[in-house]
Amino acid sequence: MIRYIYGNDLHKFPQLARSMFRDRADQFRTRLGWAVEVDVNGYERDAYDGENPLYVIWEEEDGRHGGSMRLLPTTGRTMVNEHFSHLTDGVEIRSPLIWECTRFCLSRGARPGVAAALMLAGGEVMQHFGVAHYVGVFDARMVRIYRRIGACPEVLGSDGTGRAQVSVGLWEFSAEAQSRVARAAGITPEMSRRWFERAFGAVPRPGATQAA
Amino acid sequence: MGFLGNAPHLDGLLERLECAEGLEDLQIAIEDLRDSYGVDHMVYHWVSSSGEQYGCGTYPLDWINRYVEKGYLRIDPVVSGCYQRFHPVDWKRLDWSSKAARAFLQDAIGHGVGNQGFSIPIRGPNGQFALFTLSTTCSDAEWEEFTETNRRDLILLAHYFNQKALEFEPGRAPDPAQPLSPREIEAMTLLAIGYNRAQAADTLSISEHTLRVYVESARFKLGALNTTHAVARALSRGLIVV
Repeated sequence: MIRYIYGNDLHKFPQLARSMFRDRADQFRTRLGWAVEVDVNGYERDAYDGENPLYVIWEEEDGRHGGSMRLLPTTGRTMVNEHFSHLTDGVEIRSPLIWECTRFCLSRGARPGVAAALMLAGGEVMQHFGVAHYVGVFDARMVRIYRRIGACPEVLGSDGTGRAQVSVGLWEFSAEAQSRVARAAGITPEMSRRWFERAFGAVPRPGATQAA
Repeated sequence: MGFLGNAPHLDGLLERLECAEGLEDLQIAIEDLRDSYGVDHMVYHWVSSSGEQYGCGTYPLDWINRYVEKGYLRIDPVVSGCYQRFHPVDWKRLDWSSKAARAFLQDAIGHGVGNQGFSIPIRGPNGQFALFTLSTTCSDAEWEEFTETNRRDLILLAHYFNQKALEFEPGRAPDPAQPLSPREIEAMTLLAIGYNRAQAADTLSISEHTLRVYVESARFKLGALNTTHAVARALSRGLIVV
């Protein structure tokens, strides 16, 4: 299932949080060879984890991390503005309607639907929170995965080569893209909405009830 | 209801907000804004990194006093649901299940706050936190439609209020106006001389999507609600010349 968890609530999901930070170390340092810091616990954490981001996490049935991404509004500190402005034509991207998506991570052996489930969750966030665009930082091999699940970012630019290549891209999410991704994830729109409401609360369906 | 889908004179209102020189001007701006949107109340509430609070808004004074006197800050689900967050919140999504929260809501409704609310949390620099709230009395369906229609404008307005309020923080040097990068200036210039998005994107050899993101970013830096207004501001500030 998809969980939406702010950084200051991660302690309520200790196993999920631990396995997420370890899977991030595995993906970004071990497999991709990025120069990320890994602490004594084997966790990959950076300065932006300290900004109380919103994590979108796929939780496996055994309670462990299957995949995740990290969201922050571009009105605050972002990786794109602080490290990758040479890939955005020098434009400092700043708006409460544009959020940054970083550390898109899949655990080893995550089934193919997990990436699509995360993208679907990203679409829920856009739709409900008024987000117009995501600007993302991702490893180049992800482009292939994004294309396969029908949610291809527009790549603005890339740094480095081979496994160490890092790209900056943009996403927006149309209704068609949303249903393509839902099919790729094998998740019904109702299920996706239920997970979202589990994290952020439900609203009565329009017309179902009338307030005083 | 008197809701306006797209309040026509918001641009003029933003100009007045831009010129605000103190909290009194913010108070006038928020009253105007409340009237423009046709909701019962609009409130801007700020908590600085050192715990200082102030704000402006249209809640009745007896409700504000009661809120303080009863210590509602501790049980208000809007505060706990927005603090340390950055997503906008429809009050109905919050947890009102406790007896204290339900009694608080009844008291709020009794004081004319309204049965519907929408709050936008804002994270400012150095731990500053603010909340921008609208509340009114209407049905769930009407509120759903109103918030869907106006959500993005309200998010921008909330941030513009906060940027203005930050200027009034004691001891704070005013932020230099956020500069536009050369690329944003090029994009705004092309739009100012009447290029449509496709033409502007083509001229800059970028995709339309990229152009939209650059324009979105420039719009925020210029404190504008739409592209036309952003172009006008860029022109009047001399950032672009056509």
